[in-house]
Amino acid sequence: MNRFAGLAIGVLALCAIVLADNALLINGAGATFPYPIYSKWFDVYHTNNPNFQFNYQSVGSGAGIKQVTEGTVDFGATDGPMNDDQLKAFQDKHNGVGILHFPTVLGADVPTYNIPGVSGALNFTPEALAGIFLGKVTKWNDPAIAGPNKGINLPAEEIIVVHRSDGSGTTYIWTDYLSKISDEWKTKVGKGTSVNWPKGIGGKGNEGVMGSVKTTPNAIGYVELIYAVQNNIPYGSVKNSSGNFVKADLASVTAAASGAAKEMPDDFRVSITNAPGKTAYPISSFTWLLIPQKFQDGGKRDAIKGFLKWMLSDGQNSVEALSYAKLPKEVVEKEKKAINSIQ
Amino acid sequence: MATTTTALKGAGPVQGSRSFFLKLRDGDEIARLITLIFATTVVLITAALVWELWVNSALPRQKFGFHFFVTSVWDPIMEQYGALPFIYGTMVTSAVALVIAVPLGIGAAIFLAELAPPRVSDTLQFFIDLLAAVPSVIYGLLGVFIIVPVMRTVIYPALNKPFGYLPIFKGPSYGVGFMTAGIVLAIMVIPYIISVSREVLLSVPRDQREAALALGSTRWESTWKVVVPFAKTGIMGSIFLALARALGETMAVTMVIGNTPKIAASLFAPGYSIAAVIANEFTEATGDLYLQSLIALGLVLFLLTFILNGLARLLIVVTTQKGSEVGG
Amino acid sequence: MSSGRLRWRKFVSNFMLAMTGVCAFVSVLVLFFILGYLVFNGGTSINWDFFTKLPKPVGESGGGMANAIVGSGKILLLASLMGVPIGFLGGIYLAEFTGKGMASVVRYAADLLNGVPSIVIGIFAYSLVVLPFKHFSAYAGAFALGIMMIPITLRSTEEFLKSVPRMLREGAMALGASKWKTIASVIVPAAYRGILTAILLALARVAGETAPLLFTAFGNRFESHGWSQPTATLPVMIYTYAVSPYDDWHRQAWAAGLVLLGLVLIINILARTILSRGFAVPRS
Repeated sequence: MNRFAGLAIGVLALCAIVLADNALLINGAGATFPYPIYSKWFDVYHTNNPNFQFNYQSVGSGAGIKQVTEGTVDFGATDGPMNDDQLKAFQDKHNGVGILHFPTVLGADVPTYNIPGVSGALNFTPEALAGIFLGKVTKWNDPAIAGPNKGINLPAEEIIVVHRSDGSGTTYIWTDYLSKISDEWKTKVGKGTSVNWPKGIGGKGNEGVMGSVKTTPNAIGYVELIYAVQNNIPYGSVKNSSGNFVKADLASVTAAASGAAKEMPDDFRVSITNAPGKTAYPISSFTWLLIPQKFQDGGKRDAIKGFLKWMLSDGQNSVEALSYAKLPKEVVEKEKKAINSIQ
Repeated sequence: MATTTTALKGAGPVQGSRSFFLKLRDGDEIARLITLIFATTVVLITAALVWELWVNSALPRQKFGFHFFVTSVWDPIMEQYGALPFIYGTMVTSAVALVIAVPLGIGAAIFLAELAPPRVSDTLQFFIDLLAAVPSVIYGLLGVFIIVPVMRTVIYPALNKPFGYLPIFKGPSYGVGFMTAGIVLAIMVIPYIISVSREVLLSVPRDQREAALALGSTRWESTWKVVVPFAKTGIMGSIFLALARALGETMAVTMVIGNTPKIAASLFAPGYSIAAVIANEFTEATGDLYLQSLIALGLVLFLLTFILNGLARLLIVVTTQKGSEVGG
Repeated sequence: MSSGRLRWRKFVSNFMLAMTGVCAFVSVLVLFFILGYLVFNGGTSINWDFFTKLPKPVGESGGGMANAIVGSGKILLLASLMGVPIGFLGGIYLAEFTGKGMASVVRYAADLLNGVPSIVIGIFAYSLVVLPFKHFSAYAGAFALGIMMIPITLRSTEEFLKSVPRMLREGAMALGASKWKTIASVIVPAAYRGILTAILLALARVAGETAPLLFTAFGNRFESHGWSQPTATLPVMIYTYAVSPYDDWHRQAWAAGLVLLGLVLIINILARTILSRGFAVPRS
């Protein structure tokens, strides 16, 4: 009997602890591409606004789209914009209510590699990248790679390709680019968050790909810039549409977005890969938060709108420290107006 | 406690329901009903699970039919789903696991059952039971940080350099792959083989051994040629049990198999297993066909483990019964 | 028989038997290797921060797994509250009240459930609990783990109740106790050690499960309040951190692995010691 009393008291005490705090929890899930800046933002926002907790799970853009459509999370995040079928699916599941895309930052997919003896930045042509990921360029010392990298000693080793195993916006950006510069890729594989890769091993999330490349000699993978920077892993320059080898950084990514900024569509869905411009980095992209147009819970709606406003103003000041580029001014203004349409 | 039969007025049915309620006041009947409800809940949960799996995998059944099992394309964009790469990966990794675990496991079981003094045997069995309790994700942790590098630096060169011409040892070294997953699985299933085989060997009646020894065989000969064959059905059962465990293993495999839905002959190639693909892609499967194809894979896995577990139990029961029948 | 041949057979015998000894010791050595490696790599990272702090933003070092530890605790508690009563009372039914037909069906269902891979249980919990309620939650995770606890609890309760000596039963009945009173006051207390062991073993088994939590409890950067929010758990954190590229996260994964394994092993050892000390059988 005493044992049961003890257990009951323990359970009640636990419940008390557990129910004590009443901060509003808002759940989101999605892209790993912007996870470093999102986790930073939500941390800072919570410190400034202790009543709101934004719980963001970095599970990949595919899962973000799926879970926000199912309604199991309050907002999603993706670097591959939802296509028309997915938008319709959301509306069907939510009684005609739509979902909005809000760009948050600009980032870049970089080709990152782990070649023993090579610590600098390699130059990659679009043909080389497509060839590697199609499985046609199989060794590091292949002329397609060695050509633009005279003076660097590339080994005659098999290239270990690392791609994403989960549904990924980072994959969308990468395959979107490859589809634009390689007809063979376009017809054979196509673009999407989850494609039928010709070769390679799969890592989960940007984190998993980076982890695999970091520990596997002769590996190459594609990750968001900050992952390569944070882990001190070399990443290459890519030849852009003007013929220059450009490394991803704040300037080159901003340059890639400048054209799109002026012609941003109302739903903010746009691709800026292989953008024109002498200094543009060709594998850049916006990344979006997916916000339903209508919320049942007024508290959550206000919390999200508040966050979005903060994100567009103060939030933008912390992105460059993590190697993301700020949103162009025109885009920020347009988004501020769009926030008002969330009910 | 006898229930008092009251002289009831009224017609038959009323009398029947009256006696039901009288019975209900009896504590035994209440207890029986309550425990019956809970026992039935178990059956209901199991039935609901099977039903949900079946119903929620209807789309790929309708669309692909039998081809689902023999197609090796897994393409969410083209909406083509085939289970073959995952079935293949599950089979291959389990096979590698058994090739490693069965000799080791049976050897250890023989030692524990035949040679070790009872206290040593019990102590070692205690530790082996603890090994069976180690969570899957811990094996995954060790797999990623220990076995993958060892594979790359030691095992791959040892097998690929001399035997690289063989299809199963060809190709570059990824570190992850079928063999790595197989090795991790082997460590995970050895305890099952050992504990069941040990039980089964212990149940072999003494006079079998003694008869062999009396006829002049050495210890080893009596063990290997008489005791083990006697227990062989039970040992088979332990292998099936281990196989069933290996098939359903998720975390450790997904961390070291390479997550590539391709069929490859080489053991060093990356692959995928049924459990691993469900774990990786379930939360992001947009579209009903995609999700249901994953659930269909879950159903396949369920059926495989169901059959294996059933066979295992049968074999083990048969052997231990045989032991007690023959006497000793 | 020539003595040469006999010597050879004796040699083979000794050699093979020695090899089996090697097999046994290698198998046991693996356990100690795992423990040792975890202690070596994780031991240094276990500090006060680990148990009390929340995870830091990605890429920053420091922080801990306080939310995951509490989350695991909550889910395991709820899972036990869900699974144990069903298994226990169902086991009583099988041992005390039933005839042949119903018993085999229930036993068969329990064995079936026991063999279901944990990822499939996760699918089941997702369709049944997460989707209808439209959010990931602690109780969804507890539902999945609770189901996994049922078969072990059920079968063990049945076995231990059945093995209580007949004289206890008959003695109680002779004194005029009704069936349910006999069960409650005599039989169950006599078998409680075994039943408790089974519950502990079931708990240890589900404590380490990761797969079913991936799509039920999901994950939470913060502490989760109540039972209906996504919850961080120790096994899922280990998985997430282990496959990441950050060394600091690897460090924390080792520490978490050590804590988790320590917990599981302690429960196992506790359970087995309780059992080996025998049943509480009243002396005549």
